Amino acid sequence: MNRLSLFLVASLIFGFVFLYAPIASVVVYSFNASRLVTVWAGFSLQWYGALFENEAIGRAARVSLQVALIAATGALGLGTLAAYGLVRYRRFAGRTLLAAMTTAPLVMPEIISGLSLLLLFVALEQATGWPQGRGIATIAIAHITLGIAFVAVIVEARLSAFDRSLEEAALDLGAGPVRVFLTITLPLIAPALAAGWLLAFTLSLDDLVIASFTAGPASTTLPMVIFSSVRLGVSPQINALATLILIVITVLVAGANRLLRVR
Amino acid sequence: MQIERLTKRFEPDAQPAVNNVSLAIDRQEFFALLGPSGCGKTTLLRLIAGFETADTGVIAIDGADMAGVPPYRRPVNIMFQNYALFPHMNVARNVGFGLRQERKPRGAVDARVVALLELVKMRALAARRPGQLSGGERQRVALARALAKEPKLLLLDEPLTALDRKLREEMRFELKHIHQRVGITFLMVTHDQEEAMSMASRLAVMNEGRIEQEGSPEHVYENPANRFVAGFLGAVNLFEGKVAGAEAGLLIVDSEAGRLAVAHSPLAAGTAVAVAIRPEKLRFMTARDTTTPNVLPGIVRTIAYRGEASTCQIELASGQLVRGTMSNGDGKAPVFLPGAALSLSFTPDAARLLQS
Amino acid sequence: MNTRRFGLIALPYAWLVLFFLSPLVIVIKISVANEAVAIPPYTPLFEGGRLHVTDANYLLLLSDSLYWKAYWGAIRYAAIATILTLLIGYPLAYGIARTPVRWRNLLLMAIILPFWTSFLIRVYAWIGLLKENGIVNHALLSVGLIDTPLRLIDNDFSVLLGLVYAYLPFMVLPLYAQLEKLDPALNEAAADLGARPLHIFWQVTLPLSLPGIAAGILLVFIPAVGEFVIPDLLGGPKTLMIGKILWDEFFTNHDWPTASALAIAMLVLLALPMGLMRRLLRGIA
Repeated sequence: MNRLSLFLVASLIFGFVFLYAPIASVVVYSFNASRLVTVWAGFSLQWYGALFENEAIGRAARVSLQVALIAATGALGLGTLAAYGLVRYRRFAGRTLLAAMTTAPLVMPEIISGLSLLLLFVALEQATGWPQGRGIATIAIAHITLGIAFVAVIVEARLSAFDRSLEEAALDLGAGPVRVFLTITLPLIAPALAAGWLLAFTLSLDDLVIASFTAGPASTTLPMVIFSSVRLGVSPQINALATLILIVITVLVAGANRLLRVR
Repeated sequence: MQIERLTKRFEPDAQPAVNNVSLAIDRQEFFALLGPSGCGKTTLLRLIAGFETADTGVIAIDGADMAGVPPYRRPVNIMFQNYALFPHMNVARNVGFGLRQERKPRGAVDARVVALLELVKMRALAARRPGQLSGGERQRVALARALAKEPKLLLLDEPLTALDRKLREEMRFELKHIHQRVGITFLMVTHDQEEAMSMASRLAVMNEGRIEQEGSPEHVYENPANRFVAGFLGAVNLFEGKVAGAEAGLLIVDSEAGRLAVAHSPLAAGTAVAVAIRPEKLRFMTARDTTTPNVLPGIVRTIAYRGEASTCQIELASGQLVRGTMSNGDGKAPVFLPGAALSLSFTPDAARLLQS
Repeated sequence: MNTRRFGLIALPYAWLVLFFLSPLVIVIKISVANEAVAIPPYTPLFEGGRLHVTDANYLLLLSDSLYWKAYWGAIRYAAIATILTLLIGYPLAYGIARTPVRWRNLLLMAIILPFWTSFLIRVYAWIGLLKENGIVNHALLSVGLIDTPLRLIDNDFSVLLGLVYAYLPFMVLPLYAQLEKLDPALNEAAADLGARPLHIFWQVTLPLSLPGIAAGILLVFIPAVGEFVIPDLLGGPKTLMIGKILWDEFFTNHDWPTASALAIAMLVLLALPMGLMRRLLRGIA
């Protein structure tokens, strides 16, 4: 038993060092005074300063945030409706198709989702004149489609575990269906909704591949800027940007985790 | 099996879960460890099985010290409370698991599995998975699995708790029957006093990590060593009082319910004691009958009809509520209704003295 | 079906048909079109009342060994990375499931956090570590373990490392979920019946964690096959994966019909694992 534990402790240490050492190196070298990524030349915040003066990055960050807000909110609404329909209505025409369409994007390679959506937008524009070119709207539509799947899975799990007798008790005590949904169902699935929104938000912020296909020339997102810069080599400014993104996401996730645990 | 001065603490400063316990169990005995939940009886079982390590003390089986012997080398098998059947193996593979660990030839394992399934009447369901069995069937499989290696000692952790009432009563007889047939020492842990008394040849009552009393069920029931044992093993009425003196070989106690005579060796006058009397030893008499000693007048408050007998709550003149059992046997005994006045009496040797 | 129900489901239904299902149909359509110098760069399906369908793009995929190599390369990288992820992820998940409850949530958080943080940044981090004048070479040189920098990047090693690193949480989470559910009494029962710790693992723990292993394998293998960012950033010119080739066909060669045919080829390759994954997901939900 003890030998096993020793092995497990070693695995844990190895696993977490492996997961976090690369991230730590990015953070540490974002404070490096030297332009060379490998030589430590003292502490400096100059790359953060440079970052805030970089207009391309600022623009891309605004685009990314706009897209992510629209995408997360849209995905939350549509994903919750889909999950509610799937859990509560056991039989209706086309249920299997809806179930397939809500889970398939989870396992669909991004490159196929991106390519297929772009081809759709082009074909639509040809046929109907909409969308005129590509931009924030088309990226958001693509991200909503991806986000629906994640929201639906989370909300579906929560709704399935939900004790229906709570709703029945409220109905029995005289509350109408809408009232029951707003005062009983909604508060009880709220943690899942928060988690779903947050997941859709970060997925959208993070996505490179789908956005590359569906973005137009004037709507470059943050990952696209990072990617084109990274292809040219490591830069301390990107390290600084990466550090900021890491901090924001860590705070968001830690907050969401607390929200989820207080129930 | 021999246990000497065994102590186990889970946290350094906490109350020990098992506190200085010594116990000897003979070969082929059916021994029950009885106590409320959290009294340390399950911890004691896990110490014997080898899942926990004692802080101090010795566990010896057939004279061999078990210190440092891992669970998989102990001549002890356990039947878990939730049965812990392997869900991915069928009934036969579950029962044969222990034998396969010894790398016995396949034929021998199969033959033994069949014999065991026969013993627990589960041969027809040998190919089922645990998920397809009822609670009673699972229990039989768990028993067969634990018996497969013919352990020197079989540990049973609350073996019947997970079953419903009717099945539980049937399984009591069946477990006793199997015990007689296999000739293996059984050590059972339970919180159900009826279960312990009806099945065990000897039992020990545990409380807060200690063994309060040990002996045959009759002995412990009739002669409880203290208030805890008296109250835990069956119902009891207690009359607090002080020794007043001795009279005609009987000890006289001045209690809240009046002057009571008890058959007991002499004690110094003024000693604080409690007179304990079991409900079924109280005789019910019409109110006027005051010729016998130890008469307690009162009024019937509630009657709970249980079929073979009724349990009554009687309020004495002192205000104390006393429990009595009224037999519904032959219809000759007087019948009382709630509100009726009556007298309770008991013979001096029916009561026991408990010292605080 | 009453109106309320219909109103509830119609919206997500219509959205997914329009933006998930129909795009896939269009990909199929374009994969049988000819490349054309036009906007968009392919021939229409109907022209002058006649149907235009060609198998040229698929024949190209079959005849050019580049595509075969990319196809096989994706499977090979993804399979090796999946096995490595399982080997690293299993003890990690088991370790977390075995730690005391108060530590468990923290460790689980620590596994999930990288999954939420930018994928791109995590891949990027390895460039700084692995490149010729990167942190690892620098450290090894300065302690005198090596004299000349090692070639750590732009090869199979770095691609596999990137895949394992990026997808490790996908393996650990389903494994943990499965292992955490196991009743510790089962292990005790096996020990009580004479099984040694290693045998307990083989006969009880491992078989009971198979659903978690299956989920982990699929969750890593499927996205790894379609991966583009990792082979592009950490792989060299010799790294051939289908996702990278698709990207190049589309963005560099502007050959939409061939890119579409590649997408269909990838979907065919992934159809079986994706179907399995959907069944597993349904089991969990």
